[in-house]
Amino acid sequence: MTWSKTKQKIIEPAFSNNEGAEGKRILCYDEAIREALQLALSRDKRVFVMGQGVDDPDGMFGATRNLHLEFGPERVFDTPLAEGAMMGVAIGAALAGMRPVYFHNRPDFLLLAMDQLVNHAAKWSYMFGGAAFVPLVVWACIGRGWGSAAQHSQALQGLFMHIPGLKLVMPGTCHDAKGLMLAAIADQNPVLILDHRFNFNYKGMVPPEAYTVPIGKGVIRRKGRDVTIVAVSHLVIDACHAAQEAAAYGVEAEVIDPRTLRPLDEEIILNSVAKTGRLIIADCGWKTGGITAEIGAMVAEKGFTYLKAPIKRIACPDLPTPAACNLDEACSIGRDNIKKALLELTR
Amino acid sequence: MKLPEKTLRQLLFEMMRIRQIQLAIESRYLENEMKTPVHLCIGQEAVAVGVCANLKKYDYINSTHRGHGHYLAKGGDLRALIAELYGREAGCSKGRGGSMHLADTTIGHYGSSSIVGGGIPIGTGMGLAIKMQKKNKVSVIFFGDGAADEGVLYESINFAVLKKLPVIFILENNQYSVCSKVSARQAGDNIFHAMPAGLLMTKKVNGNNVLDVYNASLKAVARARTGHGPSFIECLTYRIRGHAGCEVQDVPGYRPVGEIERWKTLCPIAAFRKKLLTNKMITLNEIKKMEKKIDKQIEDAFAFARTAPPPKPETLPLYLFRE
Ligand SMILES: Cc1ncc(C[n+]2csc(CCOP(=O)(O)OP(=O)(O)O)c2C)c(N)n1
Ligand SMILES: [Mg+2]
Repeated sequence: MTWSKTKQKIIEPAFSNNEGAEGKRILCYDEAIREALQLALSRDKRVFVMGQGVDDPDGMFGATRNLHLEFGPERVFDTPLAEGAMMGVAIGAALAGMRPVYFHNRPDFLLLAMDQLVNHAAKWSYMFGGAAFVPLVVWACIGRGWGSAAQHSQALQGLFMHIPGLKLVMPGTCHDAKGLMLAAIADQNPVLILDHRFNFNYKGMVPPEAYTVPIGKGVIRRKGRDVTIVAVSHLVIDACHAAQEAAAYGVEAEVIDPRTLRPLDEEIILNSVAKTGRLIIADCGWKTGGITAEIGAMVAEKGFTYLKAPIKRIACPDLPTPAACNLDEACSIGRDNIKKALLELTR
Repeated sequence: MKLPEKTLRQLLFEMMRIRQIQLAIESRYLENEMKTPVHLCIGQEAVAVGVCANLKKYDYINSTHRGHGHYLAKGGDLRALIAELYGREAGCSKGRGGSMHLADTTIGHYGSSSIVGGGIPIGTGMGLAIKMQKKNKVSVIFFGDGAADEGVLYESINFAVLKKLPVIFILENNQYSVCSKVSARQAGDNIFHAMPAGLLMTKKVNGNNVLDVYNASLKAVARARTGHGPSFIECLTYRIRGHAGCEVQDVPGYRPVGEIERWKTLCPIAAFRKKLLTNKMITLNEIKKMEKKIDKQIEDAFAFARTAPPPKPETLPLYLFRE
């Protein structure tokens, strides 16, 4: 929609793991996802793309733009507004040998499909002792701002992370948006990719070939000795900026991008905390029972002796999103909250 | 049926009012002061007005993301609507809801959902309460053709029929869900035909003809009030503007060339105005006076909303629960 169209695309910061990326090809975030879909559609006849508005001129924030023209309306198609039924349809197609990629505008609308996703897709392999499996990719995009309000801005990753049998992926860079989409399509299981609208503000290094980013492996985006920041999705970049700014005060933060929340790369987080002794977790979902709670509990359980200070959690206050922009801003989190937490923790 | 001239003039006035308010919102939208996704109902005024003209203040309505017209036609306060769009404490939802989430319980409007189809079972439940309380009210549910894709509509209708609830389902078929035409989502013209005829009153009307809408809903309301159960009315209309925002923000390329222009010529207000003028039920001068009166109300509402204070930051946690 108009208010969600992003203006100028900003280049991603130079992450410690893509040094030497100069001269490599730069793509916008939407183009990176689109390229993954394009590759999957052309290499694998089983892959198809469905969802409300995937064939709109806007093409799901650009991620599916014109794919229906290239691959035909049989393989890239609009659906009725029937999230519950369509999720079941996608599951059925997956069971019968297809590889559906089902796009949803917002996680809020996924709630209508919760029965099929949670009671069915996430159970099928286990419940039948592995007799059948559901290779399904579901994608949804978190967004907030411009008075989107309570029913159009929920960051529900905490809810989905709770479900055994469902993989949960949240990319933070253009490179990973492509690689994780290809990995999700190749996976034999239901994978939910939650993107954040703010990611679509960025462009970054994306190799042209088909590649996958392993599901379940996090990555260190910035090395540091004093504090570990685990940041999710668009907050990875915010965390890198905050770390850069805090460096001026002599604080060196290590930024970890888990990339996948389920399965979670516990090792990379614990190893980092073992080194730094301090942990900040930043996620745009609600605090109670959310991502920050789960990662915090995991570290308290498995890395208690490493900790020199209480864990700090940066998350959305436990409230529905208000429409009024001054209230909305008061509960959004970003670079400044992370920087403040960094300085407090190392004071 | 012959309606009194006063009623006819009132129908025209209400439609003109909704249109002028929508245009006023649109003309100020690019100032970026109304920071909320507005879904305008330009071209669809006859549906809200034709239905609500049959309702009492205490009757219930249930609305959608495209809800300005329903709110206004039912008698919602204009200042509170505009203040809501500006995110003010004086807004009808205290600035918490924004354009898609309007409410005014004093006129039987208990809140609109921006989850498509979300209001349908809720309005049905309000009908259940009316029946259990033996009240003489009706519950009207407005929803779009997109919502008619959702299974919850058919489930709710089944329940309303089963329990003979005083519920009126008003399908506002504006032929689009965002950029997706009805024919891309529905197997034929079957929204109406999928209804269990014989079990409830079903009618398909020209949604751009306010009298057709009025007469159909008059019957439906009478049935509901006399314990004869639910009705379903499909009003065929057209979304003149894009899905959201103002005219220039519409996405190009998804509608057939000339379609918008053709529907503009079928404007529900122009047609009705002409009819009243031809039959000498109103004069041009009287129409001008109406326009002026509405403009004044609009000016007042915008002046009020712009200067009204935003919610205080410390009120952020309020209203999560009823204390
Ligand atoms: C359950 C659900 N699915 C998708 C959306 C996204 N969405 C918001 S409005 C809209 C269009 C709905 O079309 P319709 O019901 O015909 O109402 P109209 O916009 O035409 O008034 C869509 C798809 C949503 N809000 N809720
Ligand atoms: Mg519609």
